[in-house]
Amino acid sequence: MTEITGLYALWYRELKVFTRERSRIVGSVVNPLIWLVAFGGGLGSFLPIGSTGYIGFIFPGVLMLTVLFTAIFFGLYIVLDKRIDFFKSVLVAPITRVTLFSGKMLGGCTDAFLQAAILLFFGIPYTAFSLLIVVVFVLLLAMAITSLGLAIGSMLTSFEGFGLIQSFVILPLFFLSGALYPLDNLPAWMVVVTRMNPLTYIVDGMRGALYGINTFPLFLDLGVAALFSVVLIAVGTYAFKRMT
Amino acid sequence: MSIIETHGITKRYKNLVAVDHIDLEIEEGEIFGLLGPNGAGKTTLISMLATLVPPTEGTATVNGFDIIKKPGDVRKSIGMVFQTPSSDDILTGRENLYLHSLLYGIPAEVRKQRIDDALNLVDLKDRENDRVKTYSGGMKRRLEIARGLIHRPKILYLDEPTLGLDPQTREHIWEYIERLSKDEKVTILMTTHYMDEADSLCDRVAIVDHGRIIALDPPSALKMRIGKSIIKAKVNSPNLETIRKLPYVSKVEQKDGDVLISLNEAGSHIQEVLCNLGEASYVELREPTLNDVFIQLTGKEIRAESAEDFAQVYARANNP
Repeated sequence: MTEITGLYALWYRELKVFTRERSRIVGSVVNPLIWLVAFGGGLGSFLPIGSTGYIGFIFPGVLMLTVLFTAIFFGLYIVLDKRIDFFKSVLVAPITRVTLFSGKMLGGCTDAFLQAAILLFFGIPYTAFSLLIVVVFVLLLAMAITSLGLAIGSMLTSFEGFGLIQSFVILPLFFLSGALYPLDNLPAWMVVVTRMNPLTYIVDGMRGALYGINTFPLFLDLGVAALFSVVLIAVGTYAFKRMT
Repeated sequence: MSIIETHGITKRYKNLVAVDHIDLEIEEGEIFGLLGPNGAGKTTLISMLATLVPPTEGTATVNGFDIIKKPGDVRKSIGMVFQTPSSDDILTGRENLYLHSLLYGIPAEVRKQRIDDALNLVDLKDRENDRVKTYSGGMKRRLEIARGLIHRPKILYLDEPTLGLDPQTREHIWEYIERLSKDEKVTILMTTHYMDEADSLCDRVAIVDHGRIIALDPPSALKMRIGKSIIKAKVNSPNLETIRKLPYVSKVEQKDGDVLISLNEAGSHIQEVLCNLGEASYVELREPTLNDVFIQLTGKEIRAESAEDFAQVYARANNP
């Protein structure tokens, strides 16, 4: 019983913090809009990409980028939490580490999803099916990346490593996922690398649902996304159990 | 059985023994103080008793539960107030308490009542819907005390409860702590490096230095070790031999050009001491403090790290 109310408490806290830090929400909406309008508009003017136009083509990728940044930084923020005694006051409560991790993870997931949801309005029109599939991919990605952020954050003691995580984790994952370019006609090394990147399947799945442009079958995209998410949740839970 | 018992509890870090085989028994209902300088091991000890840090050796029971085998039960039995502010300052006072009532699984039907009671206890009812960001240091500390009590724990740990607060607010917090002990019958274990705090609040005080307990008694008994009163005087050529022979003088010391004389009984003897001492340019008569006890036991001041104290010492040295 304590575990369930505890889980709710942790989630409730994140939601309150989210709704009160409005400047963060504004920033996280403006950022992807710049990508869509400035990057997509500029590059799209001379890139002939099918029926969707380049802006439409990169829309799933920009959606992914929003989730990626929100989720990973949410997770990494526990470095700050650990420094203030607030986190200790939660650690000393009679809830297990699994609950603590789950509460944090769901909180971050909600955060990332709400921000992505604002962006979803720019993808209208949807069919019931395409909206459902996009939402499922966004949630799986949010769970996976929040867990990754929490796992890394639980091991760090300062913000020093943050730049490295951006250079070696977020940007490669994003740029090597086919978010900004089609997956066919790539040089051989990129074919290999993109196919090893779980995010490739997430973008492909969303693009398939939205426009019917996909390289892999939907079940493979969903399967990879689900596996990615399960593995990182397990890693995060393990990291939290070890954290002192 | 005592409500807290430690058995040879030890915490070793790489090349430091923070807590060194401490055996301690704390009785139900008392206010027990761990007094010592920063780095003495007080916070490490209290963190082990809160199951936040695992001991390297030895163990302890809290409310009858072993801290290693039954950490969950220990956590349900205790409330904890940390050294630095630990409330979520983006939330309101009431929301903070609500959050903790959920974390501690307080049943929904009594939740509201408990939160109201806790807020009233620390006089924060009128500010309950303001964000903690807008609270003063003393209010934040009071909110944390309320939070530590929300699940009606048998024991409350207070780690440096008045650190960084102004003197008026400190006394205010002391009143709350005393009230808790008297009205709510909560056992209180607190750490402090303030002598006056330990002296005025605690039923028993353990003086901790280098991870060991070097003295444990009620404050009055600790002070009795020094004597009933102390004469501190500046004398050019003190007549120490005569003074030492007086029957009611327990100890004579010379330190930094001052003479310190401890008396077993004061009263009418003070005049006699002063007459025999020689020509004094400065005399001070006072009751012994825990600070004197600490200096006698460890040979050093407890707050040697304080810049203000250093400035005073420096000023005295240069203006004889």
